[in-house]
Amino acid sequence: MKEKILNSDEFKGLVRSKNAVSIILTLVELFIYFGFIVLLAYGKEIMTYKVYGPITAGIPIGIGVIVLSWLLTGIYVAWANKSYDEKVTNIKESLGGE
Amino acid sequence: MLETTIGQPTLTAIVFFFLFVIATLYITYWAAKRTRTTTEFYAAGRSITGFQNGLALAGDYMSAASFLGIAGLVALKGYDGLIYSVGFLVGWPIVMFLIAEQLRNLGKYTFADVVAYRLKQRQIRTAAATGALITVLLYLIAQMVGAGSLIKLLFGIPYEIAVIIVGALMIAYVLFGGMLATTWVQIIKAVLLLGGATILVFLILIKFGFNYVELFSIVTNKYGEKMLQPGGLVKNPIDTISLGLALMFGTAGLPHILMRFYTVPDAKEARKSVFYATGFIGYFYILTFTIGFGAAAVVGQEIISKIDKGGNMAAPLLAEALGGEVFLGFLAAVAFATILAVVAGLTLAGASAVSHDLYVGVIRRGKADEKLEVRAAKIATLSLGILAILLGIAFKEQNVAFMVGLAFAIAASANFPALLMSIFWKKFTTQGAICSIYTGLALSVILIILSPTVWVDILKNPEPIFPLKSPAIVSFFAAFIVGILVSLITKEEEAEEKFEAEKIRAYIGVGAE
Repeated sequence: MKEKILNSDEFKGLVRSKNAVSIILTLVELFIYFGFIVLLAYGKEIMTYKVYGPITAGIPIGIGVIVLSWLLTGIYVAWANKSYDEKVTNIKESLGGE
Repeated sequence: MLETTIGQPTLTAIVFFFLFVIATLYITYWAAKRTRTTTEFYAAGRSITGFQNGLALAGDYMSAASFLGIAGLVALKGYDGLIYSVGFLVGWPIVMFLIAEQLRNLGKYTFADVVAYRLKQRQIRTAAATGALITVLLYLIAQMVGAGSLIKLLFGIPYEIAVIIVGALMIAYVLFGGMLATTWVQIIKAVLLLGGATILVFLILIKFGFNYVELFSIVTNKYGEKMLQPGGLVKNPIDTISLGLALMFGTAGLPHILMRFYTVPDAKEARKSVFYATGFIGYFYILTFTIGFGAAAVVGQEIISKIDKGGNMAAPLLAEALGGEVFLGFLAAVAFATILAVVAGLTLAGASAVSHDLYVGVIRRGKADEKLEVRAAKIATLSLGILAILLGIAFKEQNVAFMVGLAFAIAASANFPALLMSIFWKKFTTQGAICSIYTGLALSVILIILSPTVWVDILKNPEPIFPLKSPAIVSFFAAFIVGILVSLITKEEEAEEKFEAEKIRAYIGVGAE
């Protein structure tokens, strides 16, 4: 029984898609955050550039990192609640059918 | 202008404080009747919804240091405060993408459950529980010392009494109400903190006509353009990256945070709770940025640093200036609630490492009935609570700022790599896990002792032996490298077979508890 699920294409596809989404989103988050640190260290002109009145670009960029991080978690939940859970239900149903 | 009731126990502060204490003790009484089994004690009977857990996670994570400390840092240093806020937030997506669902599906009560899932139970549990316990104790000492001095500043209560009050309430919540009471204390605290900070920001915005340009202009006119620019915090980029690694992956290795995922019924609710938690925490950090600037503009840096050098009273002073004594009293009580919710979560996580992992898992080899394990958990809670009070008093007026940094470094280097490899890597072995955990742990501790923060600032040596303030850039990668190398040398066929079988449970939740 277990063997059958493990070797099924559905289950293999499920694991593959979940790992792919997790890794891609993790890399995006790493890129955003360490990009921010690199900007802090080497992008002084960008961070201190005045975008509006006294407001420097660093402020929307910093707040942007927080908001983007949250949006990424939203993207993951939206994907998982729809696509992933659907596949899980299908596999569970095929389990019950035997 | 220097007329403030900060440092005196005002009537409003006392009223709000007692309202909070009575409400939370009533909840504890209610929860105590629902806390009989181990699942109820450690995991609130898995009855918490994703939204509730999101609030509780936020309440577990947002410490008084991140409220009062970051607002103060922004008020005194400007932009650099935001860099800290960002660092404390970016670990949450990592928790969601790599850890939360598998953790929920594979484990029972602690993250050590997952590390040990397909490896040799007793050795792994000893190592993982050691990492967990040291993380929790360091964090707890920092919180207790912070609690003592903050409450002394806010209410004028002597330090030792403040530590004992905090410790006694924390023990009461956890000992009698277990995870259910802890969860609701954290939820109430999160709502109060988010609500209080929102009102404070609203008062600032009314004052400045909802015009951020005016708010920022006043601050830059008074204290210079540098307030809106990154400053001294990023002198050494390598050090900043090292700190960034510790904050990002440390969040995903904090035992009291990971434990919260067992309180929800399934993986779906676990992932939802991270989404809510990230939203609440991110929103809160954006508020503290405005609060810091509001305090600099309205109260002024001179007064803020006169009352407390570190700027911790920036937010309370601003609350008093804009909302009077009543609002100050409210916010002081909120700060108190904030401390309590965090230390309660820590105590429960520490107690579970002792009772579930060490006592039942190692000493009794996994064989203990419900009654015995609950009793062990309660004894562990009481002992740890008393230890926290004693350590809080012992470390009075000591420089404990490095302890939170060290806790995050250990969480990132000892707890997180072993957890991640155990979930994702088929060839991970018992020996690999043990070596990885102890490497991460030992390197974090040794390097922080040799770093500028301890070797120079505390031990008063002229030059640091290890140049960076945060050890994570070495300890984090070393833990992975050692874990991988040792696993490749020590093949463990049983663990590889179990890995295939655990996949069904990890990915579709069949067989999850």
